Amino acid sequence: MSDVLLPLPILIAFVTAILAFFFRKGTEARWISVAGSACMLVAAGMLLSRVLTDGIQAAQMGTWAAPFGITLVADTLSAVMVVITGITALAVSIYAVGDVTEDMEHVGYHTLFQVLIAGVTGAFLTGDLFNLYVWFEVMLIASFGLLVMGGRRVQMDAGIKYVTLNLISTILFLSGIGLLYGVTGTLNMADLHYKVQDADPGLVTVIATMFLVGFGIKSAVFPLFFWLPAAYHTPAFSVSAVFAGLLTKVGVYAMMRMFTLVFTQDIGWTHGLMLWVAVATMITGVLGAAAQTDFRRILSFHIVSQIGYMVLGLALYTPLAVTGAVFYLVHHIIVKANLFLVAGVTNRIAGSTEIDHIGGLYKGAPLLAFLFLIPAFSLAGFPPLSGFWAKYVLVKASLDLELWLVAAAALAVGLMTIYSMTKIWGRAFWKPHPGAIVPSLSTLPAGDRFAMLAPIAGLATLTVIIGLFPEPFVGIATRAAEDLLDPTAYLTAVLGAPEAVQ
Amino acid sequence: MEFLIALMVGALVAAAVYLMLARNVLRFLFGLILISNAANLLIFASGGLTPEAPPLIAYGADAPPPGVANALPQALVLTAIVIGFGLFAFALVLVYRAYQTMGTLDSDDMRLAEPEEKP
Amino acid sequence: MTSLIVRAATRLLVGLLLMFSIWMLLRGHNEPGGGFIGGLIGATGFILYAVAHGSKAARVALRIDPQTIAMAGLGLALLAGLAGFIPGDGLFAGQWLFIGATETDKGTPLSTILVFDIGVYLVVLGAVLTMVFALEEEV
Repeated sequence: MSDVLLPLPILIAFVTAILAFFFRKGTEARWISVAGSACMLVAAGMLLSRVLTDGIQAAQMGTWAAPFGITLVADTLSAVMVVITGITALAVSIYAVGDVTEDMEHVGYHTLFQVLIAGVTGAFLTGDLFNLYVWFEVMLIASFGLLVMGGRRVQMDAGIKYVTLNLISTILFLSGIGLLYGVTGTLNMADLHYKVQDADPGLVTVIATMFLVGFGIKSAVFPLFFWLPAAYHTPAFSVSAVFAGLLTKVGVYAMMRMFTLVFTQDIGWTHGLMLWVAVATMITGVLGAAAQTDFRRILSFHIVSQIGYMVLGLALYTPLAVTGAVFYLVHHIIVKANLFLVAGVTNRIAGSTEIDHIGGLYKGAPLLAFLFLIPAFSLAGFPPLSGFWAKYVLVKASLDLELWLVAAAALAVGLMTIYSMTKIWGRAFWKPHPGAIVPSLSTLPAGDRFAMLAPIAGLATLTVIIGLFPEPFVGIATRAAEDLLDPTAYLTAVLGAPEAVQ
Repeated sequence: MEFLIALMVGALVAAAVYLMLARNVLRFLFGLILISNAANLLIFASGGLTPEAPPLIAYGADAPPPGVANALPQALVLTAIVIGFGLFAFALVLVYRAYQTMGTLDSDDMRLAEPEEKP
Repeated sequence: MTSLIVRAATRLLVGLLLMFSIWMLLRGHNEPGGGFIGGLIGATGFILYAVAHGSKAARVALRIDPQTIAMAGLGLALLAGLAGFIPGDGLFAGQWLFIGATETDKGTPLSTILVFDIGVYLVVLGAVLTMVFALEEEV
């Protein structure tokens, strides 16, 4: 049964992409996309419930046995990430009904979007290193197309920076894979866990650093983040929402997977490096945001800053810290995608995302203001929203290790986040509109209004639910952390009992 | 033989880095193409070089004779080349379009997405 | 680019290349060849045609939009993968049908692997032509 369930989310996304392509000239494509995302979310939910009840699931593609064929594996982290991907895909595909222009639909927006979702899901589920590379590329090709879709001049500029830096990252990743294969002779991640232990430790550390840099560019950590704030504010709003929610997080996920399962022999170097990278990422991201006045650019710099928290959790490498990182990952995807969706509505009703050029949103659209405040406060870490628990766990974990400076940095960055959010609040929502108009939600057509506000409200509700009832979510995150830090169950699911392998 | 390939990979990477340090985006793109070929060669060499023994199974046999070349790195390189081909075709069109819309290939002048701060 | 020699040679070569591409596709299971290389050779044929007569004429000769070909190929490959589920083997497990098989002779073997390869052929053909036509019309 798990043979069917594991590839199902990827298959659904691909089938939706193909159907959406053939119906791209009409309006059917958008509904196909919504329906496909909903089906994918259901499949992901089934997968998660199976993983939670029966433990880690593995399926061998083409019935080739484990170290030789491609394996799909779903442990708790993978399953959770696939569910979050489904939620984001559903929210954004509903939002796209109101946001995406017909020109973009005709050149295949929905197809590329679903291919992107397939790539992200595949990256979360694969248990094979080269297959991970292939899913990264699937994701990358789709994201290239989505980023420049519409063809505005500013998108060309952003596209060049995004494309070139991401190509460097994949080439580093690919070289790392080649060297690792040369050293160990396998590409299966579970098999690598065993084989790496017999390899020359110095060589493995070099390869680990290559992976760290490759994934570091992907997940936009200091000092490799420059492409992100240069690109994420240019495409259509639904596109930048899904980019902000999912793309960098795939890099973080890959880092978490590789640096808990494979590269654990020189923790002092790899994870120690990560710790300082994480702190620098948090601080530079939030300082960069302070200097910006564009809604989406502020949010883009905050993505960088928040990535720091997730990497911090991985770098501390204690059960509590990894729990915090997983929790942060989930919280961040929901909140950040939601904030970009809010920015889209702001642009539609107030005419710009430049916060000096707009205003009066609180007066004209109090509902939108309320829906902005929830994810904004959550991002800054206000209790009782999801961001508070995520930050709390991470700060607690760094205090447990007596890393006072790190904990202080994490708290200070939280304060600075509040500054940016109040800046948006004060200038975009509170002050009067410089054009002396009162932007109002009623200027949107009824259909668009519902399609754009429903996903925002849904994601905001999810944030509140996670904030008010964190126990089950922390429970799942704890299980994910246990799976990551003690890979025995993972190895058994993929390769069989450990004694038989050795 | 591996030593020669290693030297070649090193030379390619050096040339690629030199090209990528240029401000001209087209030169940067050529650098990327070179470095991706270096990565492909690296994978190919890391699988071990076995001359004149293609991994073919004779008609009627179940397995290839011993001592044939490792087919997996070749498959990986093929996949990487194909993906690279698609990505670079896209990047080339993108650079061309960017040149048309912005009238420059100098990355220092491409400040549309990140306008310079007003003092 | 529209010299008489190129056009005359193209008339001969395009048909030859297309036939060669299909031969490559079919021989691919046990010998060097397969859907990928076949698709590339097939694409070469149409690219040659586009060089000689312009990409507009090549699009007319192709009859179907190359993007559609690529998507149809992707669908076909996925279907071939899904066929592995029917006997309960799992995704992408090859299924075989031996037509006219007897005790000693295995007859004409047909497999979902061939269907998958045809899908790959169409994807490569469509994707390469999409890119080349776009480049030719763009630059």
